[in-house]
Amino acid sequence: MGKAAAVQVRLSAEDEAKLAGDRGPGVAMAMRLVVALARVSQATELIDIESAHIDGCLYHGQAGLDFIQKLVALGAKVAVPTTLNVGSLDLLHPGLVRMDRRESAAARALMDAYVAIGARPTWTCAPYQEAARPQGGTDIAWAESNAIVFANSVLGARTARYGDFVDVCAAVTGRVPLAELHLAQNRIPTLELDCSGIPERVLDNDAAWAALGFVVGREVGEQVAILTGIGAEVVDEDRLKALGATAASSGGVGLFHVAGVTPEAVQGGQAWLEAGLTRIEVTPELLRAARDELTTAAVGDRLDVVALGTPHFSLAEFAKLAEVLADQVPFDPSCAVWISTSRHVLAQAREQGYAQQCEVLGARLVVDTCTYLVPILADNVRTAMTTSGKWAWYAPANMGINVVLGTLAECIASARAGRVIRDESSWR
Amino acid sequence: MSQAGADGRVCAETLCPGEGSGDILWLDEPLSFWGGTELGTGVITDVHHPQHGVCLVGRIVVMRASRGSSSSSSVLAEQIRAAVAPAAILLGSRDAIVTLGALAAAEIYGTRLPILLLDESDLAGLPRSGPVSVHAAGDRGSVCWSLAHRTATPYSM
Repeated sequence: MGKAAAVQVRLSAEDEAKLAGDRGPGVAMAMRLVVALARVSQATELIDIESAHIDGCLYHGQAGLDFIQKLVALGAKVAVPTTLNVGSLDLLHPGLVRMDRRESAAARALMDAYVAIGARPTWTCAPYQEAARPQGGTDIAWAESNAIVFANSVLGARTARYGDFVDVCAAVTGRVPLAELHLAQNRIPTLELDCSGIPERVLDNDAAWAALGFVVGREVGEQVAILTGIGAEVVDEDRLKALGATAASSGGVGLFHVAGVTPEAVQGGQAWLEAGLTRIEVTPELLRAARDELTTAAVGDRLDVVALGTPHFSLAEFAKLAEVLADQVPFDPSCAVWISTSRHVLAQAREQGYAQQCEVLGARLVVDTCTYLVPILADNVRTAMTTSGKWAWYAPANMGINVVLGTLAECIASARAGRVIRDESSWR
Repeated sequence: MSQAGADGRVCAETLCPGEGSGDILWLDEPLSFWGGTELGTGVITDVHHPQHGVCLVGRIVVMRASRGSSSSSSVLAEQIRAAVAPAAILLGSRDAIVTLGALAAAEIYGTRLPILLLDESDLAGLPRSGPVSVHAAGDRGSVCWSLAHRTATPYSM
């Protein structure tokens, strides 16, 4: 509260040395922000982190560039293994992002500066699809809302909801405030979302998980919920990715549990449920309502774009898509199909032949960035369809287009027809 | 109650030090700087926001609750750099995203946008309109205004 005295942060001798500039002026600058965050979040001490994931490499203007270039100029380097979220450019496919020369140069300089500070040029919002992943129970500093919720929920690692500036400061100092989701007591659910009324065949398509995520975000806000009544056999990482990404967009969800599935729920879930939680029933009607809220175009409308891979398409998703495309029916010439993924997964998808299978039908592949963040789609696009709840949430405002949330089968059928097709049977 | 012409004043916790003054602007709903304000002008562009079209530049902005993307830190820092930011921000919750944007701008440019954290009763006591000044140093800060000015609010017409 405003009148309460500010909580004092106890710093270790090494923290004090960093703050005083003994480890260099760059470390001192980063430490000032970490300590300031500790004060804001009322943490009493700082803790070590094992890895960091930085979201600050997406260009939002000169200030972000000036900040990282100042850290680099002051000699700062990351102290822990650090991955990078998407930038504003596809460095493997120059010219794909339509940006004027000045802004494009600034966006490139921003990406270069984060590499110069020692982070790995992964350029992905799905660092959890890279080879090295955080272990359960370890403290990490991850930024970007979908990466945060995945690390906490699916990997069982512990990260607060870090954002721009403080993400790189955590990486440089190796320290974060002991607060928020780093604290065990803040990871216990306060709500139960009972999903036992949703038929398994509905949960057997990925877009239903995006719709479920939208419901979770709306119902729980920034609380922690446990989802019950979901059979482990319909759950996979891509579905949990879809759930988390949408829940973190429609609400501020940083952690969720799935009974019998996610690591902390497997360990402690029964005790939480026996203690009694406020229970909310999630019905198929709620999922369809969520789908329709994430849809601003109508069935039958002319379709210009199908956008897949937000968060970045995984190898398993490429395999599923390849199966759907196996009959080699072409897309309607007026509908462009875009797939966003990481350069790492793209290399694997090429090795397996999935990427070529998409390209031969005319699908376009984007790496290092994403189709809803920067100008990639043609200027005259009016209606797009996607399996991603996050894309559907942000695209209408970011790009001024209409959007339809659909299953992968609906998206591909629509791309082939050049108009929006809905198969209600997959939603009931 | 205070005499007409006397000063109104509340104390608060400093989240980002600095000095600022301007006309107070109460946000009726939470606002995300990213996606909700125009980067180069500081105008509210969120079409769902009741104050869509209102300009934040130079105002003492009251944000009772926070919302939004963590990219809002970058947007606020850029608006501070481009001198299209609020003159001060008065928060009702511990909003790390807004605070870090201001702290980062202070590190890079030395430009200070003060941010204070007020408790609910102190927030409720702030004027609805008119000029206020914000002083935020070290751990503590204050918001001051002239009570005389309150006669100009619609409530006393």
